[in-house]
Amino acid sequence: MAEPPSDPPGYARRVASDAASAGNQPQSVETLRFLRRARDLMDRQYADPLDVPTMAAKALMSPAHFSREFKTAYGETPYAYLMTRRIERAMALLRDGMSVTDACTAVGATSLGSFSSTFTRLVGETPSAYRARPHEAVEAMPSCMAMVLTRPMPFGLSRIGEASASAAS
Amino acid sequence: MTDISLSYSPLTVDDVDAAIQFYRDALGLELVNDVASDGHRWVSLGFSGQPGLMLVLSDPGAGRSPEDGEALQRLVVKGSGPGPIVFNTTDLDATFERVRAAGAEVLQEPKVQPWGPRDCAFRDPSGNHIRINQAA
Repeated sequence: MAEPPSDPPGYARRVASDAASAGNQPQSVETLRFLRRARDLMDRQYADPLDVPTMAAKALMSPAHFSREFKTAYGETPYAYLMTRRIERAMALLRDGMSVTDACTAVGATSLGSFSSTFTRLVGETPSAYRARPHEAVEAMPSCMAMVLTRPMPFGLSRIGEASASAAS
Repeated sequence: MTDISLSYSPLTVDDVDAAIQFYRDALGLELVNDVASDGHRWVSLGFSGQPGLMLVLSDPGAGRSPEDGEALQRLVVKGSGPGPIVFNTTDLDATFERVRAAGAEVLQEPKVQPWGPRDCAFRDPSGNHIRINQAA
């Protein structure tokens, strides 16, 4: 039970090799059911002060083990999933004209500084720059589709460009 | 318009009996047929307002290899299966309360969506994403 609450250095590489070697030992259905409930909880209560240790404790798993299982199932850590969800919601609020500070608070982020740097890393521009520019392609689609299509993706592979490009064509 | 309509739509569930409780007892569909063959089950449920239309529940291995069945079960259970399935009702609030009281996992309470409809959302007992719209 001495697992650290945060991810140790080299964690991403270790998870990748775990996932690869886990190929012949798939996760149990019970584990997947719990992971789904944790992911649904994040989708529903992303604005609450949720954190990985709290969710892991509910599953009687250590935070590191929970993160590993989640990443094996969904391809990203629960913390990354939660932050991506928050940023995606913040993008919608900013498009509606909400201030950066209010959007930060509304999605459950507690520090404006780390919210802004996470936003910039995932979206490729600062929250205020994103808020200031036009968003015709996204505004024209229902929120349920915007949620899927504007979902920030790792490594700058955002699909926002695709949406704008296809709307323009 | 061409004369064509939807007749059957399949839905994979990992516990057929729990699914019957959800779709028949909580949601209000009518049990039309329950067929067992070769260790698998196909359960057809109908809609009073749409005669002929059937939702057909079956277990993950029904009609496919055990390997494919297992893979499909995993997708459904982890919430990444096909869906959502979207229903209409004339009384969204009563339906929501009935389904919640039956113990279903709530994904979203009834609310008006920015793009128009008022809806709510659940997981069925297997993990399928179910949405219910207030009919106009």
